[in-house]
Amino acid sequence: MRSRSCRKHARLALIAACITATLACAHAARGEGGEPRYFAITNARIIPVSGPAINNGTIVIAKGLIQAVGANVAIPPEAWVIDGKGLTVYPGLIDAGTDLGLPRPEDSSGGAHARKSAVPSEIASGPEDRPGATPWRLAADELKIDDKRIATWRNAGFTSTLTLPDGGIFPGQGSLINLAGERAGDLVVKPAAVLSVSFKPIGGFFSFPGSPMGTIAYVRQVFIDANWFAQAQPVYNANFTKFERLPYDRTDRDVNNSLRSNEIVLLPANSSVQILRALRLADEWRISAVLLGAQQAYAVTDILALKKIPVLVSLKWPERPKDADPEAEETLRDLRLRDLAPSTPAALAKAGVKFAFYSDGLAAPKDIFKNLRRALGAGLTADAALRAFTLDAAEILGVSDRLGSLEPGKIANVIVTDGDIFNEKTKVKHAFLDGRWFEVHEEAPPEKPDEKKPERGGDFPEADAAVAR
Amino acid sequence: MRRLLTVAISAITLLAQPPVQAQTPNVILIQNATILTVTHGTIEHGSILIRDGKIAAVGMDVKAPDGATVIDAAGQFVIPGIIDCHSHIAVDGNVNEGGPAVSSMVNIADVLNPADINIYRDLAGGVTTANILHGSANPIGGQTVVIKLRWGKQANQLPFEGALPGIKFALGENPKHSNFGPPAGTPARYPATRLGVEEVIRQAFTEAREYKKQWDDYNRRKAAGEQNLLPPRRDLRLEPLVEVLERKRYVHAHCYRADEILMLARVAKEFGFKVRTFQHVLEGYKVADEIAASGAGGSTFSDWWAYKMEAYDAIPYNAALMQERGVLVSINSDSAEEARHLNQEAAKSMKYGDLSANDALKLITLNPAIQLGIDNRAGSIDVGKDADLVIYNHDPLSVYAVAQKTLIDGQVYFDREHDLAARPALEKEKQALLEKEKKAAEEEKKHEEKSNKSPEKKQDQKKKPLKPGDSSEGVSGGGR
Repeated sequence: MRSRSCRKHARLALIAACITATLACAHAARGEGGEPRYFAITNARIIPVSGPAINNGTIVIAKGLIQAVGANVAIPPEAWVIDGKGLTVYPGLIDAGTDLGLPRPEDSSGGAHARKSAVPSEIASGPEDRPGATPWRLAADELKIDDKRIATWRNAGFTSTLTLPDGGIFPGQGSLINLAGERAGDLVVKPAAVLSVSFKPIGGFFSFPGSPMGTIAYVRQVFIDANWFAQAQPVYNANFTKFERLPYDRTDRDVNNSLRSNEIVLLPANSSVQILRALRLADEWRISAVLLGAQQAYAVTDILALKKIPVLVSLKWPERPKDADPEAEETLRDLRLRDLAPSTPAALAKAGVKFAFYSDGLAAPKDIFKNLRRALGAGLTADAALRAFTLDAAEILGVSDRLGSLEPGKIANVIVTDGDIFNEKTKVKHAFLDGRWFEVHEEAPPEKPDEKKPERGGDFPEADAAVAR
Repeated sequence: MRRLLTVAISAITLLAQPPVQAQTPNVILIQNATILTVTHGTIEHGSILIRDGKIAAVGMDVKAPDGATVIDAAGQFVIPGIIDCHSHIAVDGNVNEGGPAVSSMVNIADVLNPADINIYRDLAGGVTTANILHGSANPIGGQTVVIKLRWGKQANQLPFEGALPGIKFALGENPKHSNFGPPAGTPARYPATRLGVEEVIRQAFTEAREYKKQWDDYNRRKAAGEQNLLPPRRDLRLEPLVEVLERKRYVHAHCYRADEILMLARVAKEFGFKVRTFQHVLEGYKVADEIAASGAGGSTFSDWWAYKMEAYDAIPYNAALMQERGVLVSINSDSAEEARHLNQEAAKSMKYGDLSANDALKLITLNPAIQLGIDNRAGSIDVGKDADLVIYNHDPLSVYAVAQKTLIDGQVYFDREHDLAARPALEKEKQALLEKEKKAAEEEKKHEEKSNKSPEKKQDQKKKPLKPGDSSEGVSGGGR
């Protein structure tokens, strides 16, 4: 792989090839202190996003941060220099909603607990039983660096994701991570980035909450209780003899911590009806809400702009269900939604609503870009799309002081491409994460499970999983 | 919640959005109509003047002021908008929160879905207002809301302004979960008997009283300036029950049998709350005096029964008999389909029980308006009331009557003529979208084939027609 990449990068200066050789494996080199920490990409077209493009500029990366960007920039003597002629430099892209890095349900290697823990195994008779509430879970604490998608996403130009826990009504808190590191902890940029809420009933008919109105009532009661807890605790602590003992409730405590720190609350809302409902609830609950989904936002851009509520737009556009009865008549409403959903980003941009994109379970980055191109075809400008994938995502998630643009002092999440980032033919040539250079691999065809060697046996849980499938 | 009737009207299914409406004219005159006012008789060749969404004048010699939009209703009939006192339309997701025996923390108003096509279909049947109820899976169910069927408006524009909110209660078999059980291994929910249903209601109101006391006590001490007080924890389950005790929220109680009706009347009396309506109340005719004495109304079906054991002892005379004994009676639908012909359901009480035409009409207009506490604004054609009106081509109590226009707040929300006229364009749009999608899929497939040019695959495709089996199938297929 290494030698092939060297050939392909024939345009690079010899020195860049040397980097490649030195960094046969960036991981291995890291611990030995041999990894370069200074880079300069020269003669490149630089798109800082925070400012105008620089047609023939240099960007200097030093010890994990961007040191300088501009047309005339001093190159530190210790820097590895990459000739960026014909290349374009962008801030790394942010996928603002995925389970990337988290064990997936079918993954038997210790992930089952992490994902299923929030789903109630017992009958809940009301909010007081706290069904499906694990707001203390941090995605950051459950990361598995062996998720192959980390490299796949990185190779496509994504350097950060908002990784969201799943399961239950309060599944936990999403973490903003960088897609590189030797240990799970290395990845984490902001552990408690968002508090996730789901309105999807989990109880069926016999357990609470079994209806959307049940989940709303539940979330409402939890927010009330969390506030009450904060109010009552100090009074009780100062007057033990006066009051009945306060109950201890981990959900109250952790939701309250999130609310007090003004953490973003992610409210799922896809249709215009759900969006308007979520806006009302956000007002009622006085939370810093960000909407998740928002595919029919094209119909309600005015109020989103008025309320200044940002949205994370799912790039998994609605499709005719693959297993749909071919004879079944489709409603005009569904057809309209499928036709117009990709126009949402353009409509949001026009209305001045801040938005970012998320992959929402799409299997591969090429699907992300394919679907993005539908939004571009529906009127979204490439500039606005790039902002949504970088600086706007960082601003929405409260990390624009660290990420999202090519500016001195920001974390050096930088990608270098051989063309326009959203062009299908464009290839990512280099990726820097936290200022570390990563070899970019061609996307390998997906491995067929039956090609795995079952005799590797119990020592290799992945192989087990493959057999089990 | 008794059974589901699904009648697909595919043409109307097409309608994803309300028909294009002209900007609401401020002044409308409906003229030359037979006006069934409900409160003051029938006016032949009469006119109704609507100004700013309200009825401004009704009579034989009302003239159109300058600039008024005139709807000529010659040969047609106008009645007040139909009020459906028991509906489950316009709700996102399950109408039952079935887990807790007392699910009063949930609120239908939170999940109103203004895009539910049933709103439009019911409008087409002349319904302008509906009491949207929680299901009957719990002795005390969720909070309920009265809405106007303002098709095309947002969820927060549906609730009937000023109407008191309600709460659903349920007696008998449904709250016992007697017709279905939890999955194996999970315990059945309490209550499992009719005794238990009563006990759950008593227990809940006992808690609600205590809860109210806690708050009263806290507020009193706080007002007196006492320091270091802990406010009680707000309990969304008990708050609506306190409102019931304070008569700020109506109780709509699902019931069938005479014994359970009497049970709830006794419990209500004991705890000092009122049951606003007994819903279904199929055996109401047996205890009509007691219902009347309790001050509750009865909201029943015309002739729908025997769909389960507890609904057997019913008669189509129920509405008329209850009315005769002084109960305020309405006929409801409990069904998005039946709601489209509530006029006919009301008319059945003329055959069964000899109600007058006007009394029959009251069952779906003024009476439910009173039951829902909105008779100051709806339920009859009187000056000052909301211009919620239906125009029929025939006498609305005849089987030939088809709603032509339905108005809410003086705005035309359903117009049969416009609906029919709009259908070809909608069908055309639909076909165009299907075609567009098909084309896009084909193009994508082509594109993908081009970019994944795998030599093996190509060979495979080329080989195919050469297989003898394939080609012969092809021939025989083509020959058929």
